[in-house]
Amino acid sequence: MVTTRSEHAPLIYLRPARGWIPLNLSALWAYRELIYFLTWRDIKVRYKQAVLGIGWAVLQPVFHMVIFTIIFGRLAGLKPDAGIPANLYPVFSFAALLPMQLFQGALQRASISLVQNANLLTKVYFPRLIIPLSAAAAGLVDFFFAFLVLVGLMLYYRVPFSWNLLWLLPLVLLALLAALAVGLWLSALNVQYRDVQQMVPFLVQAWMYVSPVAYSIDVIPAQGPWRMIYALNPMAGVIQGFRWALFGANPPDRILWVSVGVVAVLLVSGLYYFRHMERTFADMV
Amino acid sequence: MSSLAIRVEKLGKQYRIGTLASQRYQTLRDTLTSVFDRTRRGANGTIWALKDISFEVEQGQVLGIVGRNGAGKSTLLKILSRVTDPTEGYGEIRGRVGSLLEVGTGFHPELTGRENIYLNGAILGMRRSEIQRKFDEIVAFSEVGPFIDTPVKRYSSGMYLRLAFAVAAHLEPEILVVDEVLAVGDAEFQRKCLGKMSDVAQQGRTVLFVSHNMSAILRLTQETLVIEKGRLKMRAPTPQAVDYYLSQGFSQEGQRIWEEDEVPPEAAPFKPIAVRLKDAQGRVSNAVRSTEPFTIEVEYALSSPVTGLRVGLYLMSTRGEFIFTSFDTDDPSRYERYPVRPAGRYVSRCTIPADWLNEGRYAVGINASSFRVRRYFHDEQTLNFTVDATGAPGMQWAEPRLGPLRPRLDWQIEVMD
Repeated sequence: MVTTRSEHAPLIYLRPARGWIPLNLSALWAYRELIYFLTWRDIKVRYKQAVLGIGWAVLQPVFHMVIFTIIFGRLAGLKPDAGIPANLYPVFSFAALLPMQLFQGALQRASISLVQNANLLTKVYFPRLIIPLSAAAAGLVDFFFAFLVLVGLMLYYRVPFSWNLLWLLPLVLLALLAALAVGLWLSALNVQYRDVQQMVPFLVQAWMYVSPVAYSIDVIPAQGPWRMIYALNPMAGVIQGFRWALFGANPPDRILWVSVGVVAVLLVSGLYYFRHMERTFADMV
Repeated sequence: MSSLAIRVEKLGKQYRIGTLASQRYQTLRDTLTSVFDRTRRGANGTIWALKDISFEVEQGQVLGIVGRNGAGKSTLLKILSRVTDPTEGYGEIRGRVGSLLEVGTGFHPELTGRENIYLNGAILGMRRSEIQRKFDEIVAFSEVGPFIDTPVKRYSSGMYLRLAFAVAAHLEPEILVVDEVLAVGDAEFQRKCLGKMSDVAQQGRTVLFVSHNMSAILRLTQETLVIEKGRLKMRAPTPQAVDYYLSQGFSQEGQRIWEEDEVPPEAAPFKPIAVRLKDAQGRVSNAVRSTEPFTIEVEYALSSPVTGLRVGLYLMSTRGEFIFTSFDTDDPSRYERYPVRPAGRYVSRCTIPADWLNEGRYAVGINASSFRVRRYFHDEQTLNFTVDATGAPGMQWAEPRLGPLRPRLDWQIEVMD
């Protein structure tokens, strides 16, 4: 009985990998349950033995919003996008903090994920892409809870809801893919160069300042190439899109498309680089 | 239709020495400097952990793999289970490979037993429905029932291990690769594990079994590969392969001398120099007579004072069963005389009495440790020797006597009528 089953079992080839390896994304589908379990583990473990538990997912963006509102909104007098009343500054900054923190968290976790899971890499076979993928996805739960706060804020400030909200779904996906794209590069590099994990906290912080979180994208000169250069940061497009979907002002323009393009390039190149490095992970990590 | 489960041809795996234990990872600076400093790069040697390995395994076969530490067994298993790619060669594997390279891979201390069963099962390649179906069986096998919803960080090491093995044992891959899972756990648990392994084998699945435990290898496998220094040395029926393995890799002349580069750095401040076996005439020898005493001496150096050091011996049968363990400070008065051993060079010597061991082949291992503090050095198979029973009790009958001992005992025969 068992023999017949074995005869139908697929033949697996072992051979040295040379050159560029096909992405073989279908293997990810075969291992989808493992992606689920690893994501679930990350979520489950993150807030264990923390009194506030998942509350931290909400507190962090709320604290940021309070600080931004006091320092940038009041003291520095930064204005929201054209068409959004100044008193909405808290919601305006919170709406950007949500995708930004999703991006930062996903990027940070994905970058160190391979090294953190070294014991898995050296013991068991599965498509290595699963590790940064599930690390990045684990941030969605935080995002969800913080989003509930956003809904509360919108009700409080009487910001009307519109069908544009549905655009948030592809925008969230774009933020996650952007984090994954950069995360693939950094996680594979981190296996060889531990410098990466020293750099990542600084990187994500700097990334927030170059993204239109505390300020409006309007402050970037519309004349000349500045906006297009600014758009090379994919989070610029994501945040612009978020604010449009929530407030209806400042609809996405070319900036969003540049962002999509940048993410696509980074993601595809990241996937190939990752696959190329993958075969040495177990030996290097 | 082919009934081969595994076929590999000329597999080889090369490591850069820099990527091995001593220098775990490079920093960016190292790479940048080595770009400008070509000579240093050239000096980076490479070693073949595995070379020219070709063999086939039939479906349903249970194949043993033996070899000394560092011979390349683990590298071979890693290639077969696709954890790492070969540097050269080719292989074909039919079916899912389940590896027990280390039980408990992916266990998370913060998660409960129940959660870890699901997580670990998924990591080992089980589907959720499969885990659900076997869940009760896994819990029953592990005997951790009442604690299944307790985080595993609160488990005793025995419970942790039982749970981890239980999950792994309920995998149903076509090919199961097992590495030293039996090296841990108590005797009762080991028995259970061995039982489970025979079940797996009887279900017609292919099993590759790596162990240093020769009795387990003998019990579970019919055929065995011997790997030596990265090469496949022989493939033979298990008893023959085990015999060969036990007679090789030991020094033939009755002594083992450690070269400078053979001593693991983590052994410091203890540094083994030599272990010698001397017969009754004081000659270094690998053959002694049962009717004469012989001595085993361990020569070593301490680079700094060591508190509570004990240097000892294991004596083992060739089947890997321990006959005794003894330390130089077992005697309480000697223990008190050497609370701290200052730096310097030492010999610890003990005499094995006459009329004690049965004929056959034995292995000596050494251990240098401070109880509950550290094990500095440990080698279970330092050297081996044979015992000749000429003149021993009972030699008037040409029959093998069972058991490792052949003591000359004081018998009395009373006529009772």
